[in-house]
Amino acid sequence: MPSMSFSAPTSVDDAVKILAGASGMAKVLAGGTDLLVQLRSGRTRPELIVDTKRIPGMIGIREESAQFVIGASTPGVMIFENEALTHAWPGIVEGMDLIGSEQIQGRASLAGNLCNASPAADSVPALIAARVTCVIAGPNGKREAPVEAIVTGPGRTSLEKGEFIVEFHVPKPKPHQSDAYLRFIPRTEMDIAVVGCGVNVTLDNGGVCTDARVVLGAVAPTQIVCDEAAKALIGHRLDEPTLAALDAAAGRACNPITDKRGTIEYRIKVAGVLARRAAAIAFERAGAR
Amino acid sequence: MAKHHVSTIINGEPVEYLCEPQQTLLDVLRDELNLTGSKEGCSSGDCGACTVIVDGRIACSCLMLGAEAEGRKIQTVEGIAQGDHLHPVQQKFLEHAALQCGFCTPGFIVAAKALLDENLNPTEEETRYWLAGNLCRCTGYDKIIRAVLDAAAVMRQEAAQ
Repeated sequence: MPSMSFSAPTSVDDAVKILAGASGMAKVLAGGTDLLVQLRSGRTRPELIVDTKRIPGMIGIREESAQFVIGASTPGVMIFENEALTHAWPGIVEGMDLIGSEQIQGRASLAGNLCNASPAADSVPALIAARVTCVIAGPNGKREAPVEAIVTGPGRTSLEKGEFIVEFHVPKPKPHQSDAYLRFIPRTEMDIAVVGCGVNVTLDNGGVCTDARVVLGAVAPTQIVCDEAAKALIGHRLDEPTLAALDAAAGRACNPITDKRGTIEYRIKVAGVLARRAAAIAFERAGAR
Repeated sequence: MAKHHVSTIINGEPVEYLCEPQQTLLDVLRDELNLTGSKEGCSSGDCGACTVIVDGRIACSCLMLGAEAEGRKIQTVEGIAQGDHLHPVQQKFLEHAALQCGFCTPGFIVAAKALLDENLNPTEEETRYWLAGNLCRCTGYDKIIRAVLDAAAVMRQEAAQ
């Protein structure tokens, strides 16, 4: 392996300077559960690794009046253990918790899962469905972007040289709003999604959907915000015609590939089924609050 | 490239080492510190044979750089027994014959010990999920699960005394 350097700055400004000053490829290290595998395999050969975990605020969850602020490198286990966040957004927490083993959960982070830019990233659909934004630090200061603006293709992001995500802003749910995330894998644990689906709904007092976001994973080069599927829910209760319309819209939105995890036809079918099931859970949760 | 000087606590003892930026914590433990209890199985975070406890959380030492350990508290399988006195998880692994080739055993013992540090009364299902990141190709897992649940029972008794 060619020589690589490692830096663990203790401020955002220092991290930006170090990342922006790299002459070759620089990689941001959060939990390392993807990056170290890629280093080992030689798939990525950075000249510089910048560990972000010693920067104050990068690990931890803060509750403000209108939102939760999740440090970008916060490991899954801390997200799972946060009762207020779990109560507010069970789907977001489910998505993160599905990733890997207990060993992985102690390290893997939301920003890492997002910036690894896998179409199958389990934590991403529910974040997008909840209209979560990320705060990105870079040479020109900080900017905020919706989560769906980050991934541009498998392994590719919209982050510029010197930029990295410092935190996620997660709005608090409105009355009768909740979410769910489901993924399909052919076993119960330790696998990568064949299809993932996050659904976020807001209901009125009568159980009619007034707002919805349906986001699919692993069925296209990036996560898909499926507006047609959301439209199938808005204005409706959770009855069979609504679910059938959702199912069909989710299937139409897919642009999957055939690989060892599933064929195109299979993924399209499963996307519809997962959308139905995730919607049913999200409606039930939203109605119960 | 300059080596990194790292100060850390391993199994309760202050330890300093020099490591290359690309060396994993597992490389450092095995090759620099001669702590060869942690095993290299897959080097991709799938098998759990290299499991260590970092600041109270289990992690695959193959997925952590040695340089990241600066200031962290690390526990390896070498630190589980107290001198000649085996930890209940170790004792029960022997009694239940919860190993055959033994390659996965250090990782299982570290992970199981961390579970029981947190929860002295795990269900079988909780135990199986907790240990899902540890692979064993010999035992079929049942003996391992029984050993961990039996160790939990022993530890509950000890805690009650």
